[in-house]
Amino acid sequence: MATLYVSTRKGLFTLTRGASGWGIAGVKFLGDPVATALPLADGGLLAALDLGHFGVKMHRRSKDGAWTELPAPAYPPQPEADPNEERPDVKWSLERVWILEQGGDGAVWAGTLPGGLFRSDDAGETWALNEALWNRPERRQWFGGGNVLPAMHSVSIDPRDPKSLTVAISCGGVWHTDDAGATWALRTEGMFADYMPPEQRTASAIQDPHRLVACAADPDTLWVQHHNGIFHSTNRGKQWRYLEPAPSAFGFAVAVHPKDPKTAWFVPAVKDECRVPVEGAVVVNRTRDGGETFETLRDGLPQTHAYDLTYRHALDVDDTGDVLAFGSTTGGLWITENGGDDWQLVSAHLPPIYAVRFGA
Amino acid sequence: MPRVEFTPILRRHLPTPTAEVEGDTVRAVLDAVFAEHPALRGYILDDQGAVRLHVAIFVDGEPLIDRDTLSDAVGPRGEVFVMQALSGG
Repeated sequence: MATLYVSTRKGLFTLTRGASGWGIAGVKFLGDPVATALPLADGGLLAALDLGHFGVKMHRRSKDGAWTELPAPAYPPQPEADPNEERPDVKWSLERVWILEQGGDGAVWAGTLPGGLFRSDDAGETWALNEALWNRPERRQWFGGGNVLPAMHSVSIDPRDPKSLTVAISCGGVWHTDDAGATWALRTEGMFADYMPPEQRTASAIQDPHRLVACAADPDTLWVQHHNGIFHSTNRGKQWRYLEPAPSAFGFAVAVHPKDPKTAWFVPAVKDECRVPVEGAVVVNRTRDGGETFETLRDGLPQTHAYDLTYRHALDVDDTGDVLAFGSTTGGLWITENGGDDWQLVSAHLPPIYAVRFGA
Repeated sequence: MPRVEFTPILRRHLPTPTAEVEGDTVRAVLDAVFAEHPALRGYILDDQGAVRLHVAIFVDGEPLIDRDTLSDAVGPRGEVFVMQALSGG
């Protein structure tokens, strides 16, 4: 059955597609913030809670429906403070698990605040920090964007080779590995950052990609919604091309068609200092020609006095490429079953939505 | 023996029985509790073993001073309360 997992500030909602359309089938962790959830290859589900007072808590649902709390990823002991080696405001302690992804080899990767990447080879029973990336000297240049701390929000695992990963950090650039994280290189050629002093505009480890996604059928095609607009790559991030569609190039979320690398969707907002829909109208921008042209999709979406903002993980596309869902900070959730030509409102009253994800 | 009590708010997430344990510092008595209830540790302490920002600990009614290493002394009849700070949420 087609399923959508909706992670919100007040619980994890499960939606299913019935004969009459999409509806809420259940809620788990009602009242608790759920940052993200990942359907696992074995039919299970991994959820990352962010309890605030009491920290990050990981829970896993087995394929038969039983939930278990698992240990959260933990940073290793922090070396004695050296002002030249570590920023004083970065404590080696997990603040949030922001993204979970599973590769073809079964390994589960977690991108976190304050920026570390963790790997689990036992579906979340145990975790290990990727120290090669964490120990890169460029990490001293990372800083927070939206959050106080640097935050890894995107982990793109190449379906052709699970050792090939591309990760993105706000604000810490785009990083790539071909050896399962033993060595890393920055990949931001072509990106720019107008929020930095002029001499730092094209610096690499300070770029603010808001979200990075890869086409499943053509993983060399990457799409990034960046703080300064949209960037597109056809060589897995070695070179980026800037795109600035109307009505705005600013936003957080991006999804790419799983079979057609030229088709991608975005949910724009006015600009960084005014994070609301342009003219109070919720729209989705779609390109079907690799960014040469964009269509602004409005059918079924509120077009007057709507102030729904869509966070970076709150847009997803299913594996057909036809069904998409996006949710908003004011609890609106919309689904399309024809690639965005028209949308149905599923609920206008959910808690603030952090992430949506299709599962089997 | 010192007595350790946890905010009832935590019971939504996991069992938090009031405990009487050996120890002459907050670190020692909490470690004794965590030895019996390992999952509780991550709710109270961060990855470096410091008290979480939004958790408050009182010893005989006085707020914990050393929130990094929890070296505050606890007497043989001391009472340690682990509370939720009234912040964030």
